Amino acid sequence: MNSAADPIARAPTDWKGAAMQRRLRRRYRAEWCFRLLGLSAVVGSAAFLAVLLVAVLGNGVGGFVQTRVALPIDLARQGIAIDPARLRGPGANLALAAANIEGATDAAAIAAFGTGGDDLLSDSAWLTVRDAIKADPTLLARRVTIAVPAADGIDSAAKGHGDAAEQVSFARLQTRGAISRGVDWGFLTGADSTDATSAGIWGALKGSIFTMLVTLVLAFPIGMLAALYLEEYAPRNRWTDLIEVSINNLAAVPSITFGLLGLAVFLGTMHLPRSAPLVGGLTLALMTMPVIVIAGRNAIKGVPPSIRDAALGIGASPVQVVFHHVLPLALPGILTGTIIGMARALGETAPLLLIGMRAFIAAPPKGFIDPSSVLPVQIFLWSDQIDRGFVEKTSAAIIVLLLFLFAMNGIAIYLRNRFETRW
Amino acid sequence: MATGHEHTVKAFDDDIAQLRALISQMGGLAEQAIADAIVALQRNDAELAGRVRDADRVIDTIEAQAEQLAVRIIALRAPMANDLREVVAALKIAGVIERIGDYAKNIAKRVPLIVSETRIEPISTLPAMARMAREMVREALDAFAARDAEAAIRVCESDHALDNYYDSIFRTLLTHMIENPKTITQVAHLMFVAKNLERIGDHATNVAEMVYFAATGTKLTDRGAHAA
Amino acid sequence: MTEQAKITARGVSVFYGANRAIDDVSIDIDRDNVTAFIGPSGCGKSTFLRALNRMNDTVANARVTGEIRLDGEDIYAPEMDVVQLRARVGMVFQKPNPFPKSIYENVAYGPRIHGLAAGKSQLDEIVERSLRRAGLWDEVKDRLADSGTTLSGGQQQRLCIARAIAVDPEVILMDEPCSALDPVATARIEELIHELKGRYAIVIVTHNMQQAARVSQRTAFFHLGALIEYGSTSDIFTNPREPRTRDYITGRYG
Repeated sequence: MNSAADPIARAPTDWKGAAMQRRLRRRYRAEWCFRLLGLSAVVGSAAFLAVLLVAVLGNGVGGFVQTRVALPIDLARQGIAIDPARLRGPGANLALAAANIEGATDAAAIAAFGTGGDDLLSDSAWLTVRDAIKADPTLLARRVTIAVPAADGIDSAAKGHGDAAEQVSFARLQTRGAISRGVDWGFLTGADSTDATSAGIWGALKGSIFTMLVTLVLAFPIGMLAALYLEEYAPRNRWTDLIEVSINNLAAVPSITFGLLGLAVFLGTMHLPRSAPLVGGLTLALMTMPVIVIAGRNAIKGVPPSIRDAALGIGASPVQVVFHHVLPLALPGILTGTIIGMARALGETAPLLLIGMRAFIAAPPKGFIDPSSVLPVQIFLWSDQIDRGFVEKTSAAIIVLLLFLFAMNGIAIYLRNRFETRW
Repeated sequence: MATGHEHTVKAFDDDIAQLRALISQMGGLAEQAIADAIVALQRNDAELAGRVRDADRVIDTIEAQAEQLAVRIIALRAPMANDLREVVAALKIAGVIERIGDYAKNIAKRVPLIVSETRIEPISTLPAMARMAREMVREALDAFAARDAEAAIRVCESDHALDNYYDSIFRTLLTHMIENPKTITQVAHLMFVAKNLERIGDHATNVAEMVYFAATGTKLTDRGAHAA
Repeated sequence: MTEQAKITARGVSVFYGANRAIDDVSIDIDRDNVTAFIGPSGCGKSTFLRALNRMNDTVANARVTGEIRLDGEDIYAPEMDVVQLRARVGMVFQKPNPFPKSIYENVAYGPRIHGLAAGKSQLDEIVERSLRRAGLWDEVKDRLADSGTTLSGGQQQRLCIARAIAVDPEVILMDEPCSALDPVATARIEELIHELKGRYAIVIVTHNMQQAARVSQRTAFFHLGALIEYGSTSDIFTNPREPRTRDYITGRYG
């Protein structure tokens, strides 16, 4: 080959010598250290997550459990003036409202447990009696024992938190065998209330659902279309650079600023109803859209140009290229961005406080313009309450929020996997 | 742009050079064989004639080598354009030179058969014709070595002179045969020798035509006249 | 020659910004022959090929001057619809790029968007015919619903050819179609090109000279953006006129 002598002569490398072995050992050690660091990071993060979940669950599980008192009540003797026949007809509620079931319940409690017996029951205990009568009108003729929700103090004592007096009352009831526990369905189906034992999450949950719907319907299409336009159609000049910088900055703006914007524009200028899911959704959509645009642009950039070339090559118009080829392939990325954005929006409290969702709303919203609350705001409000029962409810509400988040993410991940095409 | 006339893959150049060297070597041996055969004829040297016959085997061996090398170049290097023409020309020229060698050997084989008590005069005309034929072979091979199309044309044109020379020698030998019937056998052999020399000239022309084709890519259509 | 010419280019130059990639090229592409573009890297053969179906339009700062006519119509005229042009002048790319859809969808997509099929049965017919012409039907007829990306490299490239054929083009441009394929797949594609020869005008860019020699009837040699020599393939490869062509073909270039 080369007739001249090799100009860069060198001695053959000694791969087995001492210096090489030392290098080898150092490299193995460095790699092992790196793996250990990585593993520690993962384990540490998992541990933090576990601690968080355990704490939340530990505190919150109790919120789903309701302490009940078995109340003997002689409905025939209490003198509830209701015609059983009317209870089957359409005027049932009216009839029930007219009969003083609340008074009857209190009287029965005093009769069963002595003076102050009505304090042992929840303020809404009579509602349970009313529902029982409505379900089975024959009860009016008999003497029955109905398990009604216990008062807040008894509930705390049952869960080990109450003060001395409550503990005594609880012990007394327990020896009588009057205490039972069950799942508090009212928590999930009832709206907010000042009484801890009857406070429910449904109002806030419904508000969150409505708000999230508005956010999704506004942010997703606008964000996706903006990303498509900016990547596929917009010319590359100073204006588009400015827009790109603006969107990146918008994604990093503190969320409370959006609340101020919402207050000024939606409530002040457009006079939309305060604390409505519509306004909340609009505000959160403004916040979520930049995230979707950024994720969308990256996803669209990731579609290989060969696919575009192939589509153009057989005569697809630019619109067809975008919607038949680029968008389906970019959709997993866009959905990921949407998941991230929506999850952030779900947990946002500050901007919604500013647009007025901090009020006490006693009934769940019926539409998008009814005043409502959302889960994070509800949690914030409950955490301010004095009653001990609300401590548990707060943690229970956090659990509901987390479950809602998992459900939302689960749907999005399912959709993303559906659209994920293998190359 | 092109950096001179070397292939990027140097081994290709080495292969082509080797092929050309084999051809030149063969050509030199063939030329020598013609010269030796005529000298042997003049001096009636049986030993020299024997050496010419043995030397022909060397020419045959080299021809086989050249053929093998040419086929290998075509298979492995995929020569194009002028390279392809050169290799194909070299292949054919090897065959032609091998035949030239055979004719020289044939002349040498007739040496012992031309022994005679009386001197046969026309033998003296043959060396000049042989010289002409040898010149043609040498010029054809020089044209091959230099890839010279013009020189190739000149070789083709000089074939006329050789043909004329052959015609006159033929008549002379015929006359001698008629006048000296006892020498008919030897003179007949001499006629064959003259014919062989004329054929050698034709083959030299073949070589020149191949050289022209390799150099220009067109064929010499008429002997002595070339396509524009 | 001009009666046979499917595409005529006159004085075509292509600029990327200030950089001149194609310099004043004039050439006639026959309708019945396979034309090969050869030349060293960066000589502009792919750029010129892409100018023939206006794929350079997708590059932001590309500018084309001069005239290119398809059957006499100027393809850069404002009245010419680029989308329809690209259906008439199809393209097959270097790396096989089937859509990530089913095999059937890959081939049916083109006819569908151009409205070439009246109903499903006509579309089925077009798909079958295109796959047959591309020599792929027997291998995929039982699995038309499988994704196009599950095929081997050579099959994918034939699928891309079938996709291009499905819109019934007049010209097929091929940009180094076999450079990513093994010799067996390459040979099948070359055989396919031979079968398609009479029906479509084919222009193939290749950096493999032997392939150009095997597959084409006319060859054009490009160098530094200029057309150096254009002639019949056997002439170019046995007796080229230009010394630059000769040096490139015999391996004396560089």
